[in-house]
Amino acid sequence: MIIEAAISLGAFGLIFGAGLSIASKKFAVWIDPKEEEVFEALPGVNCGACGLPGCSSFAHAVIIGKAEVNGCIAGGSTVTEALAKIMGVDAVARVKMIAKPMCNGCLKNAGERFVYDGLGHCKAAILVASGFKSCTHGCLGLGSCRIACPFNAIEIDENHIPRINPNRCTGCGKCVEVCPKNIMELVSENNKVYVLCRSQEKGKLVKSKCSAGCIACRICEKKCPYGAIIFENNIARVNYELCRNCGVCAVKCPSKSILDTMPPRAKVFITDKCKGSGVCATVCEFKAPVGEEGQIHTIDEEKCVGCGVCVEKCPEKAIIRKI
Amino acid sequence: MVSNELSWYFILLSALLVNNIVLIRFLALCSFFGVSNKVETAVGMGIAVMFVMVMACAMSWAIYNFLLVPYNLEFLRTAAFILSIASLVQLEELYIRKMLPALYKQMGIFLPLITTNCAILGAAFLSIDYRLNFINTIVYAVGVSGGYILAIVLFAGIRQRVALAPVPHYFKGYPIAFITASLMSLAFLGFSHLFGL
Repeated sequence: MIIEAAISLGAFGLIFGAGLSIASKKFAVWIDPKEEEVFEALPGVNCGACGLPGCSSFAHAVIIGKAEVNGCIAGGSTVTEALAKIMGVDAVARVKMIAKPMCNGCLKNAGERFVYDGLGHCKAAILVASGFKSCTHGCLGLGSCRIACPFNAIEIDENHIPRINPNRCTGCGKCVEVCPKNIMELVSENNKVYVLCRSQEKGKLVKSKCSAGCIACRICEKKCPYGAIIFENNIARVNYELCRNCGVCAVKCPSKSILDTMPPRAKVFITDKCKGSGVCATVCEFKAPVGEEGQIHTIDEEKCVGCGVCVEKCPEKAIIRKI
Repeated sequence: MVSNELSWYFILLSALLVNNIVLIRFLALCSFFGVSNKVETAVGMGIAVMFVMVMACAMSWAIYNFLLVPYNLEFLRTAAFILSIASLVQLEELYIRKMLPALYKQMGIFLPLITTNCAILGAAFLSIDYRLNFINTIVYAVGVSGGYILAIVLFAGIRQRVALAPVPHYFKGYPIAFITASLMSLAFLGFSHLFGL
């Protein structure tokens, strides 16, 4: 009995093993060893930001030359460099994009019209009268973006507004797709000034609904030294091709709906090259340069915000930033 | 009780609903909980299970009736079936990868999971225990795997909704999933002894 069992099972195993080894030779698929290397270097989260279904198909596309080595948006410059090394080409890093919520209508600023007690998902909440917030354009703060984020870069803070961790955000755009209010936007890492409002209603209506909304007063448009603010549909928009991150608009905005994320700017001072033309005093929005015409001017440090407009406008190049 | 006297649609009905492999027989629970986070992956897993189960039941039937029974080796069926099903899944993976790359992309990641899926072995045993002929074995395998797809897709749909629901802290994750599964099982008990199956 035992011998029969041992022999027959052994024969089974032998036959199947032989069959499998023949099959593995016959059905062997040759994979470029580079493709595995490329796949290993990728983040492996299958976010789809490259436009391909997943990391393995992106790896294949890179090998057959249909995708560039800098195509992995989630991986950023480190992955681009790694892929360029594997493929033996030069790395051209792309500007890192970061998602930003373009709304500051937190619970303090924008109230609730009614108590919503349904599923904790923005897509479910907008089905009930376009959401429970006083402003129908604003963020609901239920965190559909947080659930969609494959990198855990989004947290909903205590005021029910998403906060992005810029170190974790890879700019894959999942939250932009999922947000039913179109609050999320991908912006370049180099841009530091944002208009945190999406309401297209008239200023008075916005004011009655949200204390942080853009009321379309157009002060920022007038004050911007570079003409980088555009008004469309009762809402300010920053033209990032012209914006120099000076931050004047953020200081001047009466409803504080423009956010300036620049680290504190270095203030300026005037060197002895100054011939007292007074150009700086006329361009400065904050009345920081003081002095008689024809005399050497000085900068009132308490008034200077470090926007740097005068540095460029000074005909003598006499104003420089403190380092 | 399934037998050769029943017509094919009763065998199918019994395997699909009345004796559902997951919710009534409690087989294949690990994959039932493991890959039911999203409906899409649940469908992919279900189709892969159906594909493998039909092939595995057919091969087990042939091995049992043409190899084990003639030599009085029925007591070896557990070892023989495990061996043959594992080899079969490996062979299928190799074959699909070479011949049908599109299908491999859809199903490839699920195949290694299925190698050790107890529903496959269970269905093979049950069809032998019921002494079904070859055609009925195929029908039975289609029914069992259809029942698996039905259960896992429904379960994945419910889990997607539960993930958003305000669940008490200590029930979050697997505890609420087990409670959900048990309630689904209770619902399927409503089919028991339908038409005397």
